[in-house]
Amino acid sequence: MNGTRLRLSNVEKSFGDRQVLSGIDLSVAPGEVICLIGASGSGKSTLLRCCNLLEPIDSGAIVLDGIDISAPGLDPDPHRRRIGMVFQSFNLFPHLSVLDNVAVGPRHVLGRPRTDARQRAIELLTRLGLDGHCDAFPDQLSGGQQQRVAIARSLAVDPDVLLLDEITSALDPELVGEVLDVVRTLKTSGMTMVMATHEMGFAREIADIVCFLHEGRILESGPPDVIFEQPTHDRTRAFLRRVLDAGRM
Amino acid sequence: MDTATSRERRLEYERRQRRRSTIIATASTVVVMAAVLVFVPMTPGWDKVRRSFFDREILIDTFPSLLKAFWLDVRIFLIAVPCISIIALGLALARNSRHPALFPLRATVAIYTDVFRGVPVILTIYLIGFGVPGLGLSRTWGQPIIWGTVALILAYSAYVSEVFRAGIESVHESQRAAARSLGMSSAQTMRIVVLPQAIRRVVPPLMNDFISLQKDVALVSLIGPVEILRRAGIEKSAAANFTPYVGAAIIFLAVTIPLTRTADHLMARQRRRTTGTAVA
Ligand SMILES: Nc1ncnc2c1ncn2[C@@H]1O[C@H](COP(=O)(O)OP(=O)(O)O)[C@@H](O)[C@H]1O
Ligand SMILES: [Mg+2]
Repeated sequence: MNGTRLRLSNVEKSFGDRQVLSGIDLSVAPGEVICLIGASGSGKSTLLRCCNLLEPIDSGAIVLDGIDISAPGLDPDPHRRRIGMVFQSFNLFPHLSVLDNVAVGPRHVLGRPRTDARQRAIELLTRLGLDGHCDAFPDQLSGGQQQRVAIARSLAVDPDVLLLDEITSALDPELVGEVLDVVRTLKTSGMTMVMATHEMGFAREIADIVCFLHEGRILESGPPDVIFEQPTHDRTRAFLRRVLDAGRM
Repeated sequence: MDTATSRERRLEYERRQRRRSTIIATASTVVVMAAVLVFVPMTPGWDKVRRSFFDREILIDTFPSLLKAFWLDVRIFLIAVPCISIIALGLALARNSRHPALFPLRATVAIYTDVFRGVPVILTIYLIGFGVPGLGLSRTWGQPIIWGTVALILAYSAYVSEVFRAGIESVHESQRAAARSLGMSSAQTMRIVVLPQAIRRVVPPLMNDFISLQKDVALVSLIGPVEILRRAGIEKSAAANFTPYVGAAIIFLAVTIPLTRTADHLMARQRRRTTGTAVA
C-alpha cells in the first residue's frame, strides 16, 4: 500500500461561470478520517460529489489507490462502487424494504446470489442495531434509523472510502447521537472516511485532519487541535467564532 | 380537562358533523331528482323524446346484439393496452436517454410524439385505416380493423409515453445519485430504482388514458368494422328509433364508471401517501 487511498490534486469545478472548487489538493491515507468544515455554500457537498464522480470535474485528478478515476473515457461505475456515499437527506429507495435497500447493492452491483445478498444485508443491519426493522419501509422509520440504514446500504458494497455529507443535519437533535455512534464504530474498524459536518465537537473528536473550506478553497488544514485551538487564518477564526456563538461546539 | 373526555367530545362532534353533511347531501339529491322527474315530463316534446330514445322494447330487443358487438371493442382494447404500454415505455426511455450518440433517436421520438399528439385520433384512424390498406396488401393484412387498431395504438402510445416520461422525471435526482454512488450503471439505476417508483406514480393518470382509449375504440367503426357504435347505428336505422344509442351508452358506462372510480380511488390513495407524514 502506498500510504494514500484517495488523492485529489488541483481539482477545479465550476457550475456555469461560477467557480465552486479551486485548486483542491487533498490526500487521504487508509483508515484516516478527514472532516470538511466551512460555511454553507463553501463547496463541501460539491467536493464530496466530485470524489464520487457524481459531478464531472473541470480539471485536476481524483486518484483512488493509484488509479486516476476521473480520467476522461474511463468507465466510472466500477470505481464508484469503491467509494460509498451517505447523504444529508438519506436518499433511501422508498419502494424497497429496509432489507432490500441494503441487499440491492450486493445483489446487483457485486452480482451476489440473492440469498447471499440478503444474508449480507441482515448482518449489516444487525451490526447497526436495525435487525428488527428488516421488513419495514423507509418512511416507517425515524430519521436516525433511516440514516443508519443508508450507512448500511453504502457499506454493503464493500467500499474502500466512505463519503459522509452532513449526515446528521436533517435529524432531530435527540437522534444525532445514534448516527454519530455508528461513525465512531466505523472509525474503530478502520474505515477511511471523508465527512462534511457542522458538528464541530464531533469533528474535533473523530477527525485525523480537519480541512476548512472557504469559497471553494481549502484555506487551512491540519490536526483538529491545531485547527480548533490555533487556526492561522483569520477566516477560520471568524468561522469558528460564529459557530461557537451559535452554540454548535 | 381529562384528555379522554376531550377526545371523546371531539369524536362526537366530528360524528355530528358527518351526519349533518350526509343529510344535506341526501336531501339536495332528492329535491333535484324530484324536480327532474316532475318537470321534464311536463315539457311539450317529452313524449316524443321518450318514444324515440327510451323505448323499453327496442332496448331489450337490440341489447344482445349490441353486447355482442361490444365484444369486438373489448378485444381491440385488450390487444391495444399491452402494445401501447410497451411502445410508450420504449418511447419514454428513448426520450429520456442522455447519451449524445442517441440524439437522432431522441429527436425522432420527439417528432413522433408531437405529430401523434397533435393530430385528432379520428384523423389518424382515417389516414392509417384507409391509407395503409390502399397500398394493396393481401386480403388478411388489408383489413381496416387491423389498421384502425394500429392507428389507435400509435396515437395512444404518444399520449402514454408522455405520462411515463413525466413519471420518470418526477423521481428526484437524489435517488439517481444514491443508486449511482452504490456503483449501479445507468441502466440498472433506471430499472431498479427509477422505473418502479415512476410507474407506481403514473398508474392513476395511465388509467385515465386507458379509459379514454376504451371510448375511442368506437372510432374504429368509422372505417368499417361493426363494433358497438356501428351496430347501434344499424339497429337505429332498422327500428327507426334512437334507443339503440342509449343502449350503447349504457354498455359503455357499465365499463367506464367502475374504471373511473378505481382510478380516482388510486389517485386519492397516492395523494394521501405522498402528503402523509412519516411515522416516527
Ligand atoms: N448543481 C448545481 N448547480 C449550480 N450551482 C451549484 C450546484 N450545486 C452547488 N452549487 C453551488 O455551489 C456552491 C457550493 O455548494 P455546496 O457544495 O452545496 O456547498 P456546501 O455543501 O458547503 O454548503 C454553492 O454556491 C451552490 O449554490
Ligand atoms: Mg452541503
